[in-house]
Amino acid sequence: MGMRLVSYIGSKAIGFLADIGGVAILLKEILFNLPRLFKNFHLTTEQMVFIGVNSLPLIIFVSIFTGAVSSVQAAYQFHNYVPMRYLGTAVGKAVVIELGPVLTALVVSGRVGAAIAAELGTMKVTEQIDALETLAIDPIHYLVVPRFIAGITMLPILVLFSDLVAILGALVVAVVFVDVSAHTFLSGLKMFFHLSDLFAGLFKALIFGGIITTIGCYQGFKTTGGAEGVGTSTTRAVVISSVLILVADYVIASFLFG
Amino acid sequence: MIEIVDLHKSFGDNKVLDGVNLTISKGETTTIIGRSGVGKSVLLKHIIGLVKPDEGKILIDGEDITLCKNEKLVELRQRFGMLFQGSALFDSMTVQENVGLGLREHTKLPEEEIREIVREKLRLVGLSGVENSKPAELSGGMKKRVGLARAIAMSPEYILYDEPTTGLDPIMADAINYLIIRMKNELNITSIAVTHDIVSAYKISNRIAMIYEGKIIFVGTPEEVKNTDDPIVRQFVEGRATGIIKAV
Ligand SMILES: Nc1ncnc2c1ncn2[C@@H]1O[C@H](COP(=O)(O)OP(=O)(O)OP(=O)(O)O)[C@@H](O)[C@H]1O
Ligand SMILES: [Mg+2]
Repeated sequence: MGMRLVSYIGSKAIGFLADIGGVAILLKEILFNLPRLFKNFHLTTEQMVFIGVNSLPLIIFVSIFTGAVSSVQAAYQFHNYVPMRYLGTAVGKAVVIELGPVLTALVVSGRVGAAIAAELGTMKVTEQIDALETLAIDPIHYLVVPRFIAGITMLPILVLFSDLVAILGALVVAVVFVDVSAHTFLSGLKMFFHLSDLFAGLFKALIFGGIITTIGCYQGFKTTGGAEGVGTSTTRAVVISSVLILVADYVIASFLFG
Repeated sequence: MIEIVDLHKSFGDNKVLDGVNLTISKGETTTIIGRSGVGKSVLLKHIIGLVKPDEGKILIDGEDITLCKNEKLVELRQRFGMLFQGSALFDSMTVQENVGLGLREHTKLPEEEIREIVREKLRLVGLSGVENSKPAELSGGMKKRVGLARAIAMSPEYILYDEPTTGLDPIMADAINYLIIRMKNELNITSIAVTHDIVSAYKISNRIAMIYEGKIIFVGTPEEVKNTDDPIVRQFVEGRATGIIKAV
């Protein structure tokens, strides 16, 4: 019993280390393949449409409510303690630094990370990736780099939209339900607004985009065992990238603001 | 010429190849026969460098593909075409894009010309009018033939066929046999075919090699296979459930 537990933990630990190594190798290969990015650039633009444009409606929907709820919550906590002219300040900071990047990334990891893992996983188990190789085409160049580049460029853009829409949502709620005037809200927003906060948020988004696409591709390539294996990879891609997004968020925050 | 020297491969505890030795001469068609699960597909994948052996080497005109990487591997692979057992068509691409992918990647031919080559290769495998279909819309036998067209699209020196006639009707199967023979005769292509179709093996092969328990136990011309006394080979080509090879 004790031995079994030890060997179970041991094998999990080895698997974990192997995954870290695997992701590191994948990142290295992506790096080495970057110079050839513009050969087959249409693959990258296709992924940009898929990851960026097609995620936009969902991101806008989620962001309106994120902004709205943060306005309501902040107002509730300010009540009788903090003047409402700081409502815009608090909501703006929260959205731009945290909520916009993290929620966007989590939503995109559910939509895009899962899709990448499922697509590449299916290609793996049906030998399409082998077939690419027999045609002397590098799957890293052909499949991974376009997704990676689309991820790190589209996430910041999605986050810009998310920030904007969330603040708009917050503003509407502030005006309609909290009885703060638009002028008060906006001047509060501007008061302590630092461009560096915005850039910090966008930098996070870039990292999150890298995480989502790299993990999606890694899990896809690692898939074995038919439809069931594809299901497992897809779930893993979403769970692992979500966890990594939150961890990375903390690490980046403690570097930038710590 | 392809020389397979003392090739070993295990997946975990499953020892699949246990010292395979086989030489494939230029301009000949060699057929590999053997029971399901014996490692025929795995052997083909070694030859094109998709699977790395635990031990042994595979010399392609003297160059060991098991040691090749990056540019060298790309260069070697461009001299090969491979038909996969399960076709392995890219399901996000049309038939036309599947067959033309290698040409679009590796040559600077104008689009017009690529389309013409694709049409020609599809015609060779008896397909027309499906250029714009997706693989999901095709029957199993049609997929196999698109896979075949893709394998020959770049006019490779070497073609590896994993069960080229499986899933085809007898008439189409024979047409594919003739295609393989013609490519050898007219273009001097060296081929390795894996098949369970003994009739086809007799027709297309210069030599037939039988793999059994991880080794090549017999190599000979179709005539030699027909006349052999080897009990394992006889049992296999005659398709008898009783004998040295246990059916279950
Ligand atoms: N990627 C892999 N991982 C683990 N085991 C594998 C892998 N590929 C093949 N095998 C195992 O290797 C053995 C040989 O498989 P292979 O596909 O080469 O058989 P085959 O001779 O082509 O059979 P068939 O005639 O049915 O196609 C099987 O036992 C299979 O389970
Ligand atoms: Mg096979």
